[in-house]
Amino acid sequence: MTRQNTTGHGNNAVEVRGLVKHFGDTKAVDGIDLDVREGTVMGVLGPNGAGKTTLVRILSTLLLPDSGKATVAGYDVVRQPRQLRRTMGLTGQYASVDEKLAGWENLYMIGRLLDFSRDGARKRADEMLERFSLTDAAKKPVMQYSGGMRRRLDLAASLIGHPKVLYLDEPTTGLDPRTRNEVWEEVKRIVSEGNTVLLTTQYMEEAEQLATELTVIDQGKIIAEGNVPELKAKVGGRTLEIRPSDTGELNRMVGALAQAGLDGLAGATADEDKGVVTVPIISDEQLTAVVGLLGERGFAISDIATHLPSLDEVFLAITGQKATHQDDEETKLKEVAA
Amino acid sequence: MTTATATTKAPDSEPTPPSPKQGEDEGRIGLRANLRHIGALVRRNALQIKQDPESMMDALLMPIIFTLLFVFVFGGAIGPGGDRDQYTNYLMPGMMAMMGMNIAMAVGTGINEDFRKGVMDRFRSMPIARSSVLIAKVAVEICRMLIAIVVLLTVGFLVGLDIEGRWLEMLAAIGLTTIFGASLVWIFMLLGLTMRTAQAVQGVSFLILMPLQFGSSVFVPVGTMPGWLKAFTDVNPLTHVADASRGLMLGEGAIASPAMWTVIWAVGLTAVVAPIAINKFRKKT
Repeated sequence: MTRQNTTGHGNNAVEVRGLVKHFGDTKAVDGIDLDVREGTVMGVLGPNGAGKTTLVRILSTLLLPDSGKATVAGYDVVRQPRQLRRTMGLTGQYASVDEKLAGWENLYMIGRLLDFSRDGARKRADEMLERFSLTDAAKKPVMQYSGGMRRRLDLAASLIGHPKVLYLDEPTTGLDPRTRNEVWEEVKRIVSEGNTVLLTTQYMEEAEQLATELTVIDQGKIIAEGNVPELKAKVGGRTLEIRPSDTGELNRMVGALAQAGLDGLAGATADEDKGVVTVPIISDEQLTAVVGLLGERGFAISDIATHLPSLDEVFLAITGQKATHQDDEETKLKEVAA
Repeated sequence: MTTATATTKAPDSEPTPPSPKQGEDEGRIGLRANLRHIGALVRRNALQIKQDPESMMDALLMPIIFTLLFVFVFGGAIGPGGDRDQYTNYLMPGMMAMMGMNIAMAVGTGINEDFRKGVMDRFRSMPIARSSVLIAKVAVEICRMLIAIVVLLTVGFLVGLDIEGRWLEMLAAIGLTTIFGASLVWIFMLLGLTMRTAQAVQGVSFLILMPLQFGSSVFVPVGTMPGWLKAFTDVNPLTHVADASRGLMLGEGAIASPAMWTVIWAVGLTAVVAPIAINKFRKKT
């Protein structure tokens, strides 16, 4: 199941073979193989309890595996934890900074723990606060920070030692959308500077935004892997939802799209419960074509939106099980058609 | 927020900072680096206290309240012939031992909370000796203990403690008490690492604390206690610490034997419990 280094450039920053970790009867990690090339972002996608955090904890030397082998930046996670800790950064699900300390003090402390000189640690703390737009809050205790500020400080803390590999364990879980975008921007910047990132997330959208390669895991096992376009093709990718002003026109709209003879439009379906027409999106050009076509035919549209598959839909697509409500829709359609 | 986008190259206006030393020899951490790490972590704990001064209440107020309560509530009744001053002299050296124990207790809840907040994950994923986190805690607790003892003795002198100029002996007693208190810190630390919640840590700590405190010679001489209880007080390390301090500060009673037992207990407890605690810290998930 291992996806080998196919693009031919760059070494693997992370190599995992047959990794297993059980907690009693729970198989948190159940035989995982994983390669992350240097300078890329590997997204590990999975629902709660899939084993994402356990995987990250093993790779960051916080947990010993039961069996299997993992090397990060060339160091074995079991036999060379000390060397490995010098070359990695970890940002957990919760902000792992000291709440009672000021932002600057947190960064200074971590600098000192990473063997910076007093002066060096001071400079680095100033620099990182500046970079993450936290200079104004430098002297405030972290307790008074907003959720987004905490995550930014956490990212800053993880980057102080210039890590070769950065783990981001669900970096935006529990954040509001605006703050989530803030964190995404920071992560994109970190990636653009050439860092290798292993990102875990529950959100398809986050994986698509940030990751170059994706691994989908469930119950400790890899169930799909590939680059983002590949996986999207597999799960059907985005869909377009069009809401006509008059819901009575749903089927006329489907008919008009289907008759246009354009690629992908034959897949248009009417969802009467939601009052929308759903069209699978193949390309951006197709979006323009659909809108143009509907305009030509004089349809009044009250809303138009693109929709990413949810994690549930991704899982359904990968495991080959069909969603039951889709079956219902199809039968309804047939009834209407009859 | 920031205007940087995914496609812009690293905005490298920032100077390259002095890069941290790479671990050549197996990534082993040298003594100097170790001390630097402990120093940074002590600073962290001290800043926490500064941010949260209430956490010093036990060290500052408890000695005052306990001294006043025991001297004035019990002093007249327990002191030989109703002599409160004599009871004060008897009580204060033992109270030092009790303070050491009470201060040590707070470390358990603190470390338990650290784990819940995730900052321990940060420390444990860094290239530092894992023992340094715990050693820094012990160092801070020793400082808090010394502060509590200074407050305690100040109040003691104000209400009539008289050591007849045995200042050096008093320093020796403080030293013994602190060594013993430091060994207790490891026990409460282990509790904090083992129990699930801070509340549980506190509950169990009290269960340990009460019998040790009252089943000792800290508050009253053990002469009137029944045989089975006396058997307990005789091995209770708190009795040894109290007796040794009393011998030193008041110049009456044996010194060598209780002092020796105090050191044996302190060294023994540390030698056994500290490695278990450090190991627990290492493996805690």
